Formats: sequence, structure tokens, C-alpha cells
Amino acid sequence: MAAPGPPSPPARVLEGIGRASLRSVSALGDGALLLLDALTWLALGRGRGQAVRASSVFSEMMQIGVRALPIVSLLAATVGVMLSIQGIYQLRRFGAEDQVVIGVAFGMTREFAPLITGILVAGRSGSALAARLATMTISQEVDALRVMGINPVRFLVVPSLLAMALVLPALVIWADLVSLLAAGLYVGSELGMTLQAFLLQTLDLLAPADVMHGVWKSLFFAVLVALIGIVDGAAVTGGAEGVGRVTTNSVVHGITAIVLLDMLFVFATTR
Amino acid sequence: MHPTPRDSEPATPVIEVEDLVAHYGEREILHGVSFSVLRGEIMVVMGGSGSGKSTLLRRLLGLERPTSGSIRLLGREITEMTELELYELSRRIGVAFQGGALFSSMSVGENVMLPLRERTRLDSETMRIMMRLKLEVVNLAGFEDLMPSELSGGMIKRAAFARAIVMDPAILFCDEPSAGLDPVVSSALDELILRLRDALGTTIVVVTHELESAFRIADRITVLDRGEILFVGTVAEVRESQDPRVQDLLNRRFEEEQIDPDAYLARLTGEGARRA
Repeated sequence: MAAPGPPSPPARVLEGIGRASLRSVSALGDGALLLLDALTWLALGRGRGQAVRASSVFSEMMQIGVRALPIVSLLAATVGVMLSIQGIYQLRRFGAEDQVVIGVAFGMTREFAPLITGILVAGRSGSALAARLATMTISQEVDALRVMGINPVRFLVVPSLLAMALVLPALVIWADLVSLLAAGLYVGSELGMTLQAFLLQTLDLLAPADVMHGVWKSLFFAVLVALIGIVDGAAVTGGAEGVGRVTTNSVVHGITAIVLLDMLFVFATTR
Repeated sequence: MHPTPRDSEPATPVIEVEDLVAHYGEREILHGVSFSVLRGEIMVVMGGSGSGKSTLLRRLLGLERPTSGSIRLLGREITEMTELELYELSRRIGVAFQGGALFSSMSVGENVMLPLRERTRLDSETMRIMMRLKLEVVNLAGFEDLMPSELSGGMIKRAAFARAIVMDPAILFCDEPSAGLDPVVSSALDELILRLRDALGTTIVVVTHELESAFRIADRITVLDRGEILFVGTVAEVRESQDPRVQDLLNRRFEEEQIDPDAYLARLTGEGARRA
């Protein structure tokens, strides 16, 4: 009987899709188990003599949140002004420029503030988390924790996850404020409206549920970004090249997951 | 054999490995390994690359589960322990990893204090005193505020030793302590291992492929080759062994030692081949 020949190109493509699908499902499973483990340590760590240290959480919050404030502010203000420019340009055709407030207020709070903040945090902190985990895995620091009897999930994962979940929604609220302020200044100069009038109109339009829509979304983004950074980082193989690869992967996976989840969230809550 | 502080006491095994089988993926790496380590002795597990010594070490540390067989540390079977039971046992075990595995974001002092901070309820002043004492033992007193990136290779290994012994472990595992170090620094680390055993009575397991270092520090040597134990005995017994595979191992070392620099240069430039 003749030996089977090499697979045909379509078979190779199918095999590639199959392998990628299996990897994705496996990564999803890893992420879910990690989340469960992290929540268990958060709840039971003290009873097991390994409480999650508040100082580690604060330190992560500083890194993920406070140090990201300048860039979040810059991006939020830019998107706020950009949205105003586009809105005024389009609405001018109908003579309805002053209605730009509606687009900016809803657009920023429900969509753009959480999305750009989530993407920024994925690029900035999710990747840093992946790189840190990968470097620690390669240099046996994770093994060192385990043989010292220090659970790596409690010591490394929970502080990052908790900090991310606390800080990202706060950053989104900050982005809401900055973007609306920047938009108000631009709209004021363009349409002769006072900043006070813009903000009052915004407050009048927005319900707390609109702001919370973005905030809730960002909480899911935070958990996703942290889990993806950790799962990707821990999956490192090889040396420095491997660290670079998982860091890049974490950014791509993080941003893709945020955009997809955003669509699902909007689909489920807004129609 | 080096004198141990507990020579007068009956030697009790603190590590007992029986019929250990371990796989890496589908491949069987350890094929039924059995040996024991006695209290207060320095056991060197020696073997070339691919011999399975790293696989064995990871199983001994509880980092990975074996396929079958038994590992008893301090009288307790670890292959069936839960994660939390292993954490509890780890209070009595220290590990000095090959590259040190110091946390790069922490100073040397913070690294050494980490097990105390995370596993004990000592106050910070006591922890600092203990940290300084251990740094003193490894000749790194005064270096506690430096970051690992500011240390040389030998200093990193010594700091890793300080962290490994900070909880006064009953068993200390050292993974390739001499790897990547020049002979002088390597010899100083060997002295440190002997001193730790003599001063603290710690049982020490050293995993290495360096024959010279093994002969210098070992009370007994376990020779591992292709996933099997070739020989267990004292340094003298290993040297006198008639087992051809043990002799091969020793001869490879002597061949390396006897390389003539000119011959090596000729080999590199290909002159030897041309002459032939």
C-alpha cells in the first residue's frame, strides 16, 4: 500500500483553521479557569494564609491608571473634538448644527470613551502584563514563587486583575469628562455657544444609564485585557523572541476581544 | 566523603524516590528512577544534557507531577499532595535556581525577605535582621539595596542562595550552581554550599553537569544517564566504578581537560584536517 502523500493546499488551510480554532478554545478555557482561580484566591486567600496585598493592588492601580491619565486625557479630548467637527460638518447640511451635542454626548459616553480607553489600556498595560509574565516564566521567577509556597495567581494575577477592574471604569469616567469638556470648548468656539450651555444641554440629555452603559462595558474590557495579557504571557516559549511574540499577541488579542465584546454588548443592550 | 555534622546520628533518608517515571509530552524521560538522600548529606545528581536531571528536579520540587512512582520528602508523599499541602511543605524547602530567579523589580534585600514577608507573621525589623544575617552568610552584606540587574552572575547566585535559606530549610535544592561562572567564582560557590551544610546541617541536593564541582562538594553522587540511574555512590566509588558508561562520563571530562590549545586552534581553523 502506498504511503500517503503530503496534504493538499486546501487540506493544509483546513488544518491551519482547525489548529487555530483549537488554540482559541483552549485559550478561552485557560482564561475562564484563571478567572475562577483568581476569584477563589481573592475570596479565600486570607483563610489560606495568603491574603491579596492591598499595596500590590495600589501599585498596579498607579501603573495602569494614574500614569495613563495624560495619554487618556489627550486621546479623549482629541476624539471629543473630532466627533464635534464631524457632527457639525454633517448637521450643517440640515441647519441643525446645535444638535451636535446629542451625537457627542451619547457617542462619547456610550461608545468612544470606553472603546478608546480600553484599547489604550490593552496596548499599554495588557502588553506590559504579558511581557512581565513571560519574562518571569522564562527566568523561572514563577517557579520560584511556587517553590516558596507563594501562589502565583494570588501574588501576580489577582492584583493586576483587580487593579484593572477598578481603574478602567474610573478612567472611562475621566475620559467622558475630558472629552465632553474639550468638545464643549470646540463647539462653543465654532457655534458661539457657551461652555456652560453645552454642558447643561449634555447633562439634560444624558441619563445615568448612558454613562453606566460605558462604565459596565469597560469593566468587562478590563477583565478581558488582564486575562488575555496573563494567558498570553504565561504561554511563552523560547527566550527574548518568545517574550516579543506573546507581547504582540496580547495587544492584537486584547484589541480584537474589546471590539468584538463591544459589538456583542451593544447588540445585547441597545437594540 | 566530607564530614557531616550529624555523623554520630543514624542516617535517616529525607528524600526517597522510588520507581519514578516521568514523561514530557508523549516521550518518557525518566524510566523508573530510585534513590534516597540522607539527612545532612550533599547529594549531587549528575548527568549530561538530556539525562533527565532537570525533569527529575522539577518532580522533586513538586512543580510537575510524575507519571508514576513515589517521591517522599521529609517522610511525606508529595505526588499525591494538594497544591495547599505542597505550599505548606515548601516552608521547609529552599531552592536556588540556575539563573537565580531573583525578582527584577525588587531589591536584593526585598528578594531575600520575600518568603518571610509572604509566609510568616514576623515584624519588618525581625525580617530585616534575618535578611541581613543570610546575606552575611553568603558574603553579600551591605548589598541589600542593590537591584538584581546591578549584580554580577556570581553575586546573583549567592543572593539566590540567601533567599533559598532564609526560612532555614531542612532541604536545599541547587540547580546548576556553577553554570555560567568562571572557575574561581564557581569554586567559591562550592565552598558556600559546604559551609551551609556544615553550619546549618541542611540536606543539600545539587543538580549539575560539572564534574569538578560535583567531586568537590558531594558526599554521594547519583549519576543519571538517559533517564536511568547509572550509579549511586561516594566520590571515590564513582571514580573507581568499572561501569563503562560511568567511565565514559568521567573520560569525557578528562578529554575536555586535556585539549591542547594549539590542537583546538588547528581544529577551529581546519588545519588539522588539511594536514591529515
